Amino acid sequence: MKRLLKETWPFHLMLLPAVVLAFLFNYLPMFGVVMAFQDFKPWTGFLNSRWVGLEHFEAIFDRKDTVQVVWNTLIIASLKIFFIIVVPVVFALLLNEIRNMIFKRTVQTLVYLPHFLSWVILGGILVDLLSPQDGLVNQILRTGFGVPPIFFLGDGNWFRFTVVVSHIWKEFGFGAIVYLAALAGINPHLYEAAEVDGASRWQQTIYITLPALVPIILVCTTLELNNILSAGFDQIFNLYNPLVYDKGDIIDTFVYRVGLLGQQFGFSAAIGLFKSVVSLILVVVVYRIAYKIADYRIF
Amino acid sequence: MYYKNKIYRVFSYFNHWLLFGISLLCMLPLWHTLAVSLSGRAPANANRVGLIPIDFTWDAYKRTLENPEFLQSLLISVQRTLIGTLFGMAVIILAAYPLSRTGSAFRSRTFYAWYFIITMIFSGGLIPTYIVVQRLGLMNTLWALILPQAVSVWLLILLLNFFRNIPRELEEAALIDGAGQFRILTTIFVPISTPAIATLSLFTMVSHWNAWFDGLIYITRSEKYPLSTFLQTILAQIDSSQLSSAGRELENVSNKTVKAAQIFIGALPILAVYPFLQRYFVKGMVLGAIKE
Repeated sequence: MKRLLKETWPFHLMLLPAVVLAFLFNYLPMFGVVMAFQDFKPWTGFLNSRWVGLEHFEAIFDRKDTVQVVWNTLIIASLKIFFIIVVPVVFALLLNEIRNMIFKRTVQTLVYLPHFLSWVILGGILVDLLSPQDGLVNQILRTGFGVPPIFFLGDGNWFRFTVVVSHIWKEFGFGAIVYLAALAGINPHLYEAAEVDGASRWQQTIYITLPALVPIILVCTTLELNNILSAGFDQIFNLYNPLVYDKGDIIDTFVYRVGLLGQQFGFSAAIGLFKSVVSLILVVVVYRIAYKIADYRIF
Repeated sequence: MYYKNKIYRVFSYFNHWLLFGISLLCMLPLWHTLAVSLSGRAPANANRVGLIPIDFTWDAYKRTLENPEFLQSLLISVQRTLIGTLFGMAVIILAAYPLSRTGSAFRSRTFYAWYFIITMIFSGGLIPTYIVVQRLGLMNTLWALILPQAVSVWLLILLLNFFRNIPRELEEAALIDGAGQFRILTTIFVPISTPAIATLSLFTMVSHWNAWFDGLIYITRSEKYPLSTFLQTILAQIDSSQLSSAGRELENVSNKTVKAAQIFIGALPILAVYPFLQRYFVKGMVLGAIKE
């Protein structure tokens, strides 16, 4: 044992900074969730705050606004998850059919770009483009199709639509990378053999390409499901406004407003805990299913 | 061959145009912003600018760069990006090396690996994290923007997978020559992994440059905001005035070119490193996805 420590002490020392930082900013906050069971006041602290049991959790399901917020989150997040799997797969399949490498690279270069810009920047651009008065999008819709101005960011249903579409717009290119890598890894002999057997390109796609993508699609779905209760704080926060709180407010933005700005620490920590636990359960379940179906292990 | 088939050629024709259109769609919004920022105030405010500047002028950029608040936040962003990246990379390199050792060389490896993976799966949430930062006395300091996000488990996994691919023989030879673990890390692993480390540094820089929410909650004095947070607060102002169809304040409208200029300057560093990012991150993504 002593000999072992003598050999490995440099390893422990190297890990020390990361371990300490993770302890401070990841593990301490996890213990901080006790405030979800307290009537927490910043000036009394964790030790002296009054314990309230499950009061806050009951409140989550009693208060109308929280139930609405959970629904909003589920609706927006599930639409996003569905499309952020489907669109990149389709895009990767279409791009895979391009044989001109220069064209292919150019397309790839352009579609990855939005991923690297923050929602602050993109939000600023979108608010301007989608303005109902004379934003460029409404101008085009009016002059081209005679459509009356649409309040993309001022009407609840349009807001959800805009959020989902702009999320896909930002992330589909980046999402396609793993699929393109998987496509590049398919053995070309399979296609040659299919060609000899007289299979059309469509049949090759159905019987060779898609089955090869199934495991990676399952993995991505599992990872994406982690987001089922976080519908994209950065995006919503930079696009929303009081007009669309009823349909566009999500758990994270709600926690920020009620918890941090409204100082209801215990209540919003309870919502945060609820969120973490649900996503954890979901990820474990889906992970097991993915393992059973596709025999895939992530870790 | 299948691509000589007539139906396939029709498909291929439309496919090219479709992908061409999609790529334009990803770039045009930013292009439009650039055009607005370089236009005269009158055409910009009347929303007549599409993709080509009208009444070309640098005026908006001049006014932006004369704004002391903007320059101050720009400086803070540069500081946080540089210090944050150096610090974060140091922490990650140090942690990735022991984690890349085999189980027999480093028995506690599994324990440490799970210690970090758990932070990926479960988080205490916004409020408890905020309170920790507050209690540590980090409010209104640069460290509040750097320390909480220093350990990126995702980057850690990418780097340790890269370290694992380095031939074992190099390290064994060094051990026989009497080199310690620190020496092996700094003289063998780090130089060999320069491309990987450069890529991960680029990722870290981008995430620091783009981060705005931590500035909003941990920095309470607006003169200490980093650029993204500063932009967020000014853009949120136009937000509300543009949405109510009645209340269009003249002041905000006249600022349109300046806002476009500020947005574009905010995006500029990302655009500058984008060619490198683009080249390396595909490798990085695949590297992390395939190994393990």
